[in-house]
Amino acid sequence: MADPMKIRATLKGDTVEVRVLMAHNMETGARKDSSGGLIPAHFIQTVNATHNGKLVFAAQWGTAIAKNPFLQFKFKGGAKGDKLQLSWTDNKNDSRTDEATIA
Amino acid sequence: MNIRLILAALAGSALAGSAMAQTSPSEDFQKFRDVMEEDNPAELFEARGEEYWKTPRGPKNASLEQCDLGLGPGVVNGAYVQMPRYFADVDQVMDAERRVVHCMVTLQGLAFEEVTKQPFSNDKGTPDHVSVVTYIAGQSRDMKIAPPQNHPKERETYEIGKEIFGFRAGPYDFSCSTCHGADGRRIRMQDLPNLTKPEGAAKGIIGWPGYRMTGGFMLTSQWRMTDCFRQQRFPQPKYLSDTITAILAYQAVNARGQVYRGPGIKR
Repeated sequence: MADPMKIRATLKGDTVEVRVLMAHNMETGARKDSSGGLIPAHFIQTVNATHNGKLVFAAQWGTAIAKNPFLQFKFKGGAKGDKLQLSWTDNKNDSRTDEATIA
Repeated sequence: MNIRLILAALAGSALAGSAMAQTSPSEDFQKFRDVMEEDNPAELFEARGEEYWKTPRGPKNASLEQCDLGLGPGVVNGAYVQMPRYFADVDQVMDAERRVVHCMVTLQGLAFEEVTKQPFSNDKGTPDHVSVVTYIAGQSRDMKIAPPQNHPKERETYEIGKEIFGFRAGPYDFSCSTCHGADGRRIRMQDLPNLTKPEGAAKGIIGWPGYRMTGGFMLTSQWRMTDCFRQQRFPQPKYLSDTITAILAYQAVNARGQVYRGPGIKR
C-alpha cells in the first residue's frame, strides 16, 4: 500500500469539513527523464469517502491534479466521534484507504 | 473546488496591479503562504521521516531512536530549535542535518557516501535523511529558537559564521551581507530578510525545511545555504561542511527568541 494520507475532519455547526493531504507522485505521462524517455503516467483516478457506510464524496481525477494533492470537501449528517473512511485508487491499481475520526 | 486554484487566482489578480489593492505583492505572497501552510504537504514528509526514525535498518539493523540530537538519546521534541550545538561525542558543532546523517552512519552502520549520494532533493524525490530532518523540525513547531552558546566551540562557530557572512568573494564580489545585511532589500520577486537582526534572521529559519510546490519535494537550510553559494558564484561547499554549519549558527543565534513555525512551503 502507498504512504498514508493525512486526514482532518472537523464538525462546524451541522457540517463536517474534511481536509486531506495525499502522498502521490501524480505523473502526467508527458514528462521526460534525463535520457529522453517518457516517464509513464501514474495518477490517482478515483477518490471516495464514506461515512457510516454511506458514500459522501466521490471524485474522478486526471493528470491535471497536483502532486501530493490537497483535497477539501464538506458534508452534512456527521457527528463528533464518527468514523470517516477515505480511499483512492490509481491507474496502476495501487490504492490507499485511511480512516479518520470526526473531531 | 481546489482551494489552491482559488488562491492562485486571487494572488494572480492581486499581481495584475489593481489600483484598489491595499497590500503589496510581497504581502499577498505572505498571505498566500500562510494559508498554504495550514495543509502543508511537508506533513507527509514529517510522517515519512518519523517512520524512518523508528524503523531498524542498515548493517547494524538499528533505528534512529538512540540518536542524541542534543537533549538526550531519542529526544526529538524541541531539539531542532536548539541547534546548531556542540556535541561532545564528535567534539564538534553540528546542525540538524549534519547530526541526522551522523546518526545514520554511526547508529545504523550505513556508509556516509551511501547516505549522501543524493544530498538534496531533486526530481528523483526527497532523500530519507531530508525526511528525517523534516520530522525533527516538525517536533519543534511553535517553539522559540534557542541554539545554545554555552560551549566555547559554539561561540567560536558563531564568530566564524559572522566573519563568513561579511566575507566578499567570487566574481560578483558578493558576501551574504550584500543581500542580507540591511533592511528593505529585494531580488526580483523575493524579499531579502536582514539576517543580522532577530526578526530577519528568524525569516531565514522559519519556513525551512520547506516543501517546494514546483518540485513536490523538501528543501532544507543546508540546501538553501548551498544554493546561496551558487547564486554568489562561489565554489560549491562540501556537503555538511563546517562553513555551512557556521553560517547556520550565525543565523540561528541572531534569531534567538523568535518562534519557529515548523516546516514551511515554498513556490
